[in-house]
Amino acid sequence: MDALDRVVKPKTKRAKRFLEKREPKLNENTKNAMLIKGGNANLTVTEVLKDIYAVKKPFAVLYKRKNITRPFEDQTTLEFFSKKSDCSLFLFGSHNKKRPNNLIIGRMFDYHVLDMIELGVEKFVSLKDIKNSKCPEGTKPMLIFAGDVFDVNEEYRRLKSLLIDFFRGPTVPSIRLAGLEYVLHFTAVDGKIYMRSYKVLLKKSGCKIPRIELEEMGPSLDLVMRRTHLASDDLYKLSLKQPKGLKPKMFFNISHDVLGGS
Amino acid sequence: MAAVRVEAVLAAAEEQEAEKRRSITVEKELELEYDLGNLLAVDRNPPPAAALRGAGPRREALLQALARDNTQLLVSRLWELPAERAGGAGGPLVAQLPEPTFRLPREKPPPKPRPPTRWEQFARLKGIRRKKKTSLVWDEQAKEWRRRWGYRRAGGDPSRAWLAEVPAGADPEEDQFARLRREKRERVARNELNRLRNLARAHRAGSAVPAAPLHPTGHQDRDELRRVARVARVSTASLGRFQPRLPKESAEPPSRNSGKKRRFEPLLGNLAAERSRQLELLRDMGSKKPVLDITRAVNKQLRQEEAEAAAANKGKKQSKRGKRGRRQQRPGRSGKKSGARRQPQQKKAAGGGTGAGRRKKA
Repeated sequence: MDALDRVVKPKTKRAKRFLEKREPKLNENTKNAMLIKGGNANLTVTEVLKDIYAVKKPFAVLYKRKNITRPFEDQTTLEFFSKKSDCSLFLFGSHNKKRPNNLIIGRMFDYHVLDMIELGVEKFVSLKDIKNSKCPEGTKPMLIFAGDVFDVNEEYRRLKSLLIDFFRGPTVPSIRLAGLEYVLHFTAVDGKIYMRSYKVLLKKSGCKIPRIELEEMGPSLDLVMRRTHLASDDLYKLSLKQPKGLKPKMFFNISHDVLGGS
Repeated sequence: MAAVRVEAVLAAAEEQEAEKRRSITVEKELELEYDLGNLLAVDRNPPPAAALRGAGPRREALLQALARDNTQLLVSRLWELPAERAGGAGGPLVAQLPEPTFRLPREKPPPKPRPPTRWEQFARLKGIRRKKKTSLVWDEQAKEWRRRWGYRRAGGDPSRAWLAEVPAGADPEEDQFARLRREKRERVARNELNRLRNLARAHRAGSAVPAAPLHPTGHQDRDELRRVARVARVSTASLGRFQPRLPKESAEPPSRNSGKKRRFEPLLGNLAAERSRQLELLRDMGSKKPVLDITRAVNKQLRQEEAEAAAANKGKKQSKRGKRGRRQQRPGRSGKKSGARRQPQQKKAAGGGTGAGRRKKA
């Protein structure tokens, strides 16, 4: 897009700050995710997108309108959106007879598609179907991956990396121990991936470390892996490269509170 | 009797401890891998596939039990981190997380350092360092400390200057105030133009603009146009050898190695040049005087170090070594280039093709 490539000279301080937020930095911002509906998204897929948006708020944008595009064939639309909204993660939902309840999860590097994995949703239980208390918005989730296939299979390994990237949230130097309320558990078994979200209840045990009880909360998905579009090895290595002058983080007295604030 | 009772008491105490610990211990075949910076745990144990095959609430219960075990292990690890009470004694318990270890790809490529501006290049070459200026200057007229520039500056408000001297060689009819105003406007415009040029250069260098469009866009500068003209010239069937030239264009044909960094002379070329090169080499090897001039080499090294230091420490005080180095340099400056150039010639084992190449450039 020529309009986006032209150098914009900021005329106000606010515009300058906006541009500075988007330029490449040593310590990067938290990755934003964009949740897009395809031309033929059905109710299930829309619900999935809405739930993932609720989990990933405020680091996500949910596009309301349907976008008729096919990510595996043409990636320019996705790249345009990514440049416009400065999002490097995306989740695209669509539905057709051949690929029912399709979700394409992917990430970008330098506003170009790096990895894309297509997942089929076999079973979905939404946030509102499970009637119990939820944890507050913006809580950093604990991530657990179970299953040896996540290390053996190359595609599963990339999927694990993608999922960590997607659900990780902001990187914080310290965390409030009582605020560890949310856990996302991924089990890979038999060619299927079960994603479950639980609310963590800390019960008294005899000693300092509390006993954990889990309560099913949040969205639960049964996924099956379909097509993949993984980046070549050298592009992936290039994207992993960290600059040498990575300074230690400067904020020492901000703790990650339950509300996501400091 | 007493011994038995003591043992019984100890055993009971141990039982109690084990009972307490039982609620938080989890048995696993393989240990989990933890990345506490990301609150991540990876369980490598193969899950019970047969049990999970049947759909329904049993599967959910099994998944939940597995999740509970794994979460217990992760939380135990997190609780073992060094923790403190934030915000005084009554505040929440906060643990210091380590750096995340799981390598994730970046969002954008790491930023490239911006290229130096024209002045910065010149200053580095000359070894000029920034002088730290005081923010306040003594104003003799007002007898107080005033700002260097801005509101109420030392030296009075320039817009209210009521006297403008006519300089020696100027036209007596000319309006001096208008001239001063015009010159200021020109200076400001030139400054702005240079700033934008530096910005454009930095932006172009950073984004590595691929091949420039071959049609003129009106926004290209001299170097780009020259490059584009060269590409256009060479894109003919005879590689630009018979293209008519513009009146001011240089008349030499492009060399065969214009794009490459290293030049290799043709094997059977200039016999006379080759002979003279070999004789020169023999003469240098046979002479008693050392080819490397120590003083000049040292001066060159000092100047280089000083220029680097100047670039690195922009606001710091000038070091004594800088002055001394610069003082030493002056007498040997003119001959430095030849002295320095002799060094790589000595180092090269062959001394053949590349030596001739270098000398041709000189």
